[in-house]
Amino acid sequence: MIRGKPDEDEYWNSSKFKAFTFDDEDDDFTRLKESKRAVNSIRSLVEEEDEEDDVEKVSWSGEPVGSISWSVKETASSIRSTGEVRDQSFPKINTAPSLPKNSSGYSLSSLFKGKAKTGSFQSFSESFGETSIRNYAPELRKPKSEYKDYVSDWTPEETVKRMQQGKVYSLEKFRSLQDKLLLLDEAVNAHDGNVITAVLIYLKKSLSKENLFRELITREIALRHYIHFLKEIEEQKLLVELFKSLDRTEDMALMQYRDHLNIRDENKRRDFLKSCLSLPFSPDDATHVQDHYTLLERQIIIEANDKQVESSGQADIFKKYPRKASILNMPIITTLYYSCFYHYGESDGTYSSPANIRKTFRISDKQFLLTCLGARAKLKAWFDVDALFTTKNWLGYTKKRSPIGFHRIVDILQKNNAPVQVLQEYVNLVEDAEQKISLAQKYKCHDVIINTYRDLKDRQQLIVYRGKVERGSSEYRKIEEILSNSQIRWKN
Amino acid sequence: MQHSIRTSGNKPREVKGWAGVLLCSTSGPMAHSVRRDAPELPDFSLLKRLARDQLIYLLEQLPGRKDLFIEADLMSPLDRIANVTTLKQHDVDKLYKVEYKPIVSTSDQLCFLIRPRIKTVKWICDVVNADKAFGRFRKYKIIFSPQKFYACENLLEEQGIFGDVTTDEWSFYLLPLDDDIISLELPEFFRDNFLEGDQRWVRTAGSALHLLHSVYGPFSKLYGIGRCSKMAYESWREQVEEGEQRARQAEIGNVFLIDRDVDLVTPLCSQVVYEGLVDDIFRIKCGCVEFGPDVTSSDKSIKVMLNSQDKVFNEIRNEHFSQVFGFLSQKARNLQTAYDKRSGMDIKQMKTFVSEELKGLKQEHRLLSLHIGASESMMKRKTKQDFQELLKTEHSLLEGFEIRECISYIEEHINRQVSMVESMRLLCLLSLTENGLLPKDYRSLKAQFLQSYGIDHLLTFSNLKQLGLLVEQQPGETLTVMESRVGKLVNDKTAGKLTDAFSSLAKKSNFRALGRRLNLVPKSDEEYDLRVPRDMAYIFSGAYIPLSCKLIEQVLERDGWTGLEEVTRMLNGHEFAVTAGSNGSDARVKTDSQRIILVMFLGGCTFSEISALRFLGREKGLKFIVVTTAITNSARLLESMLDNHA
Repeated sequence: MIRGKPDEDEYWNSSKFKAFTFDDEDDDFTRLKESKRAVNSIRSLVEEEDEEDDVEKVSWSGEPVGSISWSVKETASSIRSTGEVRDQSFPKINTAPSLPKNSSGYSLSSLFKGKAKTGSFQSFSESFGETSIRNYAPELRKPKSEYKDYVSDWTPEETVKRMQQGKVYSLEKFRSLQDKLLLLDEAVNAHDGNVITAVLIYLKKSLSKENLFRELITREIALRHYIHFLKEIEEQKLLVELFKSLDRTEDMALMQYRDHLNIRDENKRRDFLKSCLSLPFSPDDATHVQDHYTLLERQIIIEANDKQVESSGQADIFKKYPRKASILNMPIITTLYYSCFYHYGESDGTYSSPANIRKTFRISDKQFLLTCLGARAKLKAWFDVDALFTTKNWLGYTKKRSPIGFHRIVDILQKNNAPVQVLQEYVNLVEDAEQKISLAQKYKCHDVIINTYRDLKDRQQLIVYRGKVERGSSEYRKIEEILSNSQIRWKN
Repeated sequence: MQHSIRTSGNKPREVKGWAGVLLCSTSGPMAHSVRRDAPELPDFSLLKRLARDQLIYLLEQLPGRKDLFIEADLMSPLDRIANVTTLKQHDVDKLYKVEYKPIVSTSDQLCFLIRPRIKTVKWICDVVNADKAFGRFRKYKIIFSPQKFYACENLLEEQGIFGDVTTDEWSFYLLPLDDDIISLELPEFFRDNFLEGDQRWVRTAGSALHLLHSVYGPFSKLYGIGRCSKMAYESWREQVEEGEQRARQAEIGNVFLIDRDVDLVTPLCSQVVYEGLVDDIFRIKCGCVEFGPDVTSSDKSIKVMLNSQDKVFNEIRNEHFSQVFGFLSQKARNLQTAYDKRSGMDIKQMKTFVSEELKGLKQEHRLLSLHIGASESMMKRKTKQDFQELLKTEHSLLEGFEIRECISYIEEHINRQVSMVESMRLLCLLSLTENGLLPKDYRSLKAQFLQSYGIDHLLTFSNLKQLGLLVEQQPGETLTVMESRVGKLVNDKTAGKLTDAFSSLAKKSNFRALGRRLNLVPKSDEEYDLRVPRDMAYIFSGAYIPLSCKLIEQVLERDGWTGLEEVTRMLNGHEFAVTAGSNGSDARVKTDSQRIILVMFLGGCTFSEISALRFLGREKGLKFIVVTTAITNSARLLESMLDNHA
């Protein structure tokens, strides 16, 4: 049963605002029940109870919330609710120290709940059926004069609690360092990041940074909130000072380095990166940042040169394959690819030559080969591809070698649309016979398959394969020839 | 016929490629028989109604015509609960997306529906101050969802517009995505909480739980693990105490809270269950996916809702992908038969057929062709990227087998500049499973990564290290046990005073030891029949039982953490199991609500995990409801770590 108390009805009748009324005693629609249950839940999310269990409170509508009658009611309810023993209570599991609990009665509920009679919110009817009940927390900021008498009574714990509940609070009374820190520690104990940050904002305004930084050193959780807050409001300078005072120099260096992302102009960016070189990075990172600077410096030179060459129409390669994008700010490997594409064969001395890039950025053999292979294959420069693998031994014999498996090479070539003649040469170099055959089948390198079966003296497989190729084709004839070769001692 | 694409290094195992899948035409009944005693799920549509009504109420707080600016990532959630007509009915004139640009609205009243983010509030400040400078007078209202933050209000104050702008909160905590999935739609939870160490969402999580408790509770038991879970529990408990109790028949009895950083391995694995795979490839957004022309085999894209309403999807969503094709083709044949019935019909029968069956058949036909199209498209993509080999590497990492080969695979992946996020994913998996990389491997892989994808990823590496996703092994591994003890001590005793050194000590993943202890990686020398899954490992082709779900299973089985002490120690503790006090639980009869378990993932969960829990539910006669801060997957998780953009 839901029924307003007489004095409340009176209150509503005398209110100059149109009020919601209660009018659902004999309601038994399940829908309503659901709605009610749900609304009740919302209510408890956002506010403090101030009346008996099932009585729906009415909306606040102009009467000062801080008035005596309100406060008194609030007092009564908060005493009742803390004194009550509940059968459904759950244990507190966190052992963080908390300040002595003291149920102050002077809470100012800044919330209200409303219950709409049919008609007062006609527009809702579609969604909530007959009756709508809702309660919300409007923005309430009362003039200070109305509650200042009570302000000083709020302990850090109460203040934090009020902040969590979105109620009126005041931080000005926390003036001594000790009070400020108590407040901060209480906020941390409440595990509410929103409140922790709010307290930190207050401390930021009311403490010198030296003092604040010093206190944060021993308060890891608060510190992390502070750092995140400064990051979000982009107070870079203060953050740098903070990291410095914490002796977190690597974090400081990275954070400053991060700023290059905000610089659009490449020359300014390069100069900025140069200024980063002196930052206290870890040794490894220092090398990377140095690389970053060197890379952009060279990209700027290459870009200027190539742009000019391209527009003057001097070089065929640019005519045939116009550049799709500028090379500025691309990764090292992309730059290497670009250089293998447009500047292959240039002497080591030029910044744009593959050899120079390889050396400057300490690119591994494997990496170099992969990138170079991709670029030359894209250009269908099969001769260059061939040269990449060819080594001569001291007797002058040539041999194909690769730091990565030839099955990978085949894969890359195939992805670059290499013709079968090229592919099969590399398929042939795959050492594992089984892998060789499966690759050959995948890419239709008939010769490789036939030869491999021949070398394996596997007559059966060869016969099977004959069935797969076109009758009368050159492959077919080749198989026939081999099968009729009496020199071969077949294993089956 | 064996259906296995599980690959493993120990011994050559039959590997059915993705191409081979096409040939599998066998398909038993896909839906596993649901146990008769599995309880019904509560109706969550109520949550939508609540959210919609509150929004309408808030809009009416700014009477008259107004333009509404909506934060981009609130648009889809808003779509799920209201439509434009609803908004128009409440005097919303024009709708805009927040784009951080000067606005063009001519309305006298502007309403902003946003997340409580500094960046967005800053933009609003610019808008208002620009109006002021222009001498233009308007009314402004910001509605923060699901709550406002003091930092945002502080900004309004600093910018001198506090008071010019009124603020409100739209407590839209929970969006039901499906019968058993509820999302907070807060993807930033993961980064904010676990990387930045900002606990701003803890109370939000507590409030969301409290809402569920109030509507579908009272809960009788709560279990949990993780620092954030513990804090969310505390926040919830406080809110329960602040509110009032009602005697009510509970619909949800048990709750399990888990931090995402308890198990970071699972979300980094490639998903191979249909729904997860669709998410990995097409990205399901707020329960909706956009299929491009390659799927629809037309020139347009279409948006499809993926949930239990889609009958075809509902039957395949939890299946291993290798099973899906067979099912779909069987289904297609059945459909053909149903259509064929027409041939022998007379006019009357035909009439009945058209009026009663045809619509359903057409609908089914549409859905079938969509999912067939999607499966084909996914297979094409996966074949192209050598998925088989990728999975093999992942499985080896999980198993701890042939790690050197894995490293060279990853290295080559990086060298070839294949997808940056994939490379990062593999690096993180390597680090998590191996308790960090050897210093020389770390240095070399990092250098190559930076060369391939850009040096500014230095910032990303710093983030990954901070979070413990990608770290260097520290010398002196024998200290492990001691360290974690010390770490635990420090965590417990001085909650607020964790030093950096200790928190990094506490970040060891201990994956191998956990795997052995909990049997997460089944013996690889047995075939795993994916048609008849025997455990939750089926979601990863039989290679790995997700740690998160295994913990849930174990705790439910044991009714607490007893016997799992070693496990929790390796997970850095913060476990808890609480029961409603006094006359609550002990006298409780075993009702249906006791078999409904709400699992709340703080920091996101994957569709694969949801599939695993559904499987577990079927096995044990339980029903799981998954509440998550957001649906995540490896790409989303890692993208949230990127810092290489301005």
